[in-house]
Amino acid sequence: MKYLTEFRDGEVASRMAKEIRQIVTRPWCIMEVCGGQTHSIIRNGIDQLLPEGVEMVHGPGCPVCVTPLEVIDRALAIAAQPEVILCSFGDMLRVPGTDKDLFQVKSAGADVRIVYSPLDAVKIAIKNPEKEVVFFGVGFETTAPPNAMALHIARQQGVRNFSMLVSHVLVPPAIEAIMQSESNRVQAFLAAGHVCSVMGYWQYPPIAEKYRVPIVVSGFEPLDIMEGLRRTLLQLERGEHRVDNAYERIVTFDGNRTAQQLLAEVFEVCDRPWRGIGVIPASGWRLNAAYHDFDAERRFAVTDIHAVESPLCHSGEVLRGALKPNQCPAFGKQCTPRHPLGATMVSSEGACAAYYNYGRYIAVEELTHA
Amino acid sequence: MPETAKPDFANWSCPLPLRDYPNIVMGHGGGGKLSSELVEHLFLPAFRNDALANLGDAAVLSPLHGRIALSTDTFVVQPLFFPGGSIGNLAVNGTVNDLSVSGARPLYLTAGFVLEEGFPIADLARIVEEMAASARAAGVQIVTGDTKVVERGHGDGCYINTAGVGVVPDHLRLGPSLVQPGDVVLVSGTIADHGMAIMSVREGLEFESAIVSDCAPLNDLAARVLEAGGNSVHAMRDPTRGGLGATLYEIANAANAGIVVEEAQLPVRPAVHAACELLGLDPLFVANEGKMAVFVAADAADAVLAAMRAHSLGADAQRIARVVADHPQMLVARTRIGSNRVIPAQIGEQLPRIC
Repeated sequence: MKYLTEFRDGEVASRMAKEIRQIVTRPWCIMEVCGGQTHSIIRNGIDQLLPEGVEMVHGPGCPVCVTPLEVIDRALAIAAQPEVILCSFGDMLRVPGTDKDLFQVKSAGADVRIVYSPLDAVKIAIKNPEKEVVFFGVGFETTAPPNAMALHIARQQGVRNFSMLVSHVLVPPAIEAIMQSESNRVQAFLAAGHVCSVMGYWQYPPIAEKYRVPIVVSGFEPLDIMEGLRRTLLQLERGEHRVDNAYERIVTFDGNRTAQQLLAEVFEVCDRPWRGIGVIPASGWRLNAAYHDFDAERRFAVTDIHAVESPLCHSGEVLRGALKPNQCPAFGKQCTPRHPLGATMVSSEGACAAYYNYGRYIAVEELTHA
Repeated sequence: MPETAKPDFANWSCPLPLRDYPNIVMGHGGGGKLSSELVEHLFLPAFRNDALANLGDAAVLSPLHGRIALSTDTFVVQPLFFPGGSIGNLAVNGTVNDLSVSGARPLYLTAGFVLEEGFPIADLARIVEEMAASARAAGVQIVTGDTKVVERGHGDGCYINTAGVGVVPDHLRLGPSLVQPGDVVLVSGTIADHGMAIMSVREGLEFESAIVSDCAPLNDLAARVLEAGGNSVHAMRDPTRGGLGATLYEIANAANAGIVVEEAQLPVRPAVHAACELLGLDPLFVANEGKMAVFVAADAADAVLAAMRAHSLGADAQRIARVVADHPQMLVARTRIGSNRVIPAQIGEQLPRIC
């Protein structure tokens, strides 16, 4: 498990920070797309090592954050049905719906279980044939292959009491949406390394070309991110706009072909609403016709969902990079990890939670006395 | 099986009268013959001591010299048996450790059992045997107890409450309010072992290397710490639920001081660290069951650290943090790459991340 130490080496980090300082001659604005990278940047204080003027903007790559409120309300309504066992990854449980979260539904008697793999949910379905087992399948291209595998196995083995509430989203259309936005300030992207481990990075050169924007595939450990930033800043300073891979030990140009085939077997591209952002065309995956029988949305005809977002929450602007979390008037006041108004305050990958939890202490001290 | 003076629990099997009922029935908690058979054939042989042998409604003990420390804790761990221990070991060590870090010498424990109808008596025997072994290792006596049975579906097999009595020497002064800026924080060994051991079996996660609970009695180690540090030791804690992080927050709040944690100094086993990373958990907030944190004046820190390292339960002891006047009631980590960050207090349980 060398990655836990080698890619967090303090001496190498300070050497790299020095190198980055030597490259930079003017201010730049770089977006890390993935929530895992946001978490790592804030947790490790990487932003503190960057030269003044290099601004990190946190992207919409947190699956918990961009899942629409309407989908969460739907999950809550399905979970509340007596015959249902709802399985989910852990951090979806605390995401507030309009009135409550999954923890509250669970304490009111619903069978809600944390699983570590959607395949475990299929096993639960096989063990409980009298129950309807629903997996809450959210996330980007990274979490989609195991979900596709779970569906593939359920279909192959005829596990009829298994279904999935799917709300998958895709990175490349989100990058395009950000570049097309009128208020956009982002000049370069760190592409999400683990998304690219599945999909490769063949989708990105046309985007880099069209918007004349450098895109550098980066990992998640502190040194991975710093190397990604170093290569990004080199391009920016030289006026280049290429796709570069700074995560060679994991990512190839083609990606994981087997996973991509499985994804094509199960999903089809659809328009998708992103929480706080709105509908982005062709930015999501839904189950294709062959898998309609496993679609929880079709199986449970839940109506009567009226999702109402908090009027105080500015998570959309945060997700677009238009607002820093601590610039939101509700940040740390009406909205805290304990009483989150929006999903960006819930997930540990959410930009608001990352700011609140790991912000430099001076800023947080001000908050605690606010 | 004939009654012998010292029952051999290694080869123990269900004694004759209990064999009729391989599982707990409601009658085992009813106070009648079944109850007394359980006491006579299971609890008494395991916990054997004079106070218990009287079978009175209360244990009557000799006078104690010094201030009396009293502590209680209830154990509901699932699964009941896990790598490195069982609910039985935990129930004894948990209370022994609460007394020990309060500066007390633990002497007597009580044991209350809530058993679920249908619970295998063989499992109960194993739990009781492990309680007895832990009590012997810690040098404490289990002097009174109680058993209740709840209907099937109303419990998780077996819950145990223990209460403990210990004696604190008159001269000893310990407590979070004595902790002050300048103090050094020592931890007696690797953190997060217990929580990850439980998670590895509870969640059916299969890690390549076995992760084992650190469940152990700390009374001897605590005595050595006090011997080496005297009144320079300002506070001791055993960071269980909530992990070392929760303990540091508790002390920072009580002392109205800040704490700076050197992340690179935190002792974490590689397999535990890897498991935590995989699940997106911070080892600082994962449970321990055989570790102590010591808050000691800087000039005595080396002596106390040496004493801890000389003890088998403190071989991996480390200096991990210092108490500061800045940022009161807040934990700040100095990261491996040389930056600072706030360590956030946890709201509830840590939740594994999606990806």
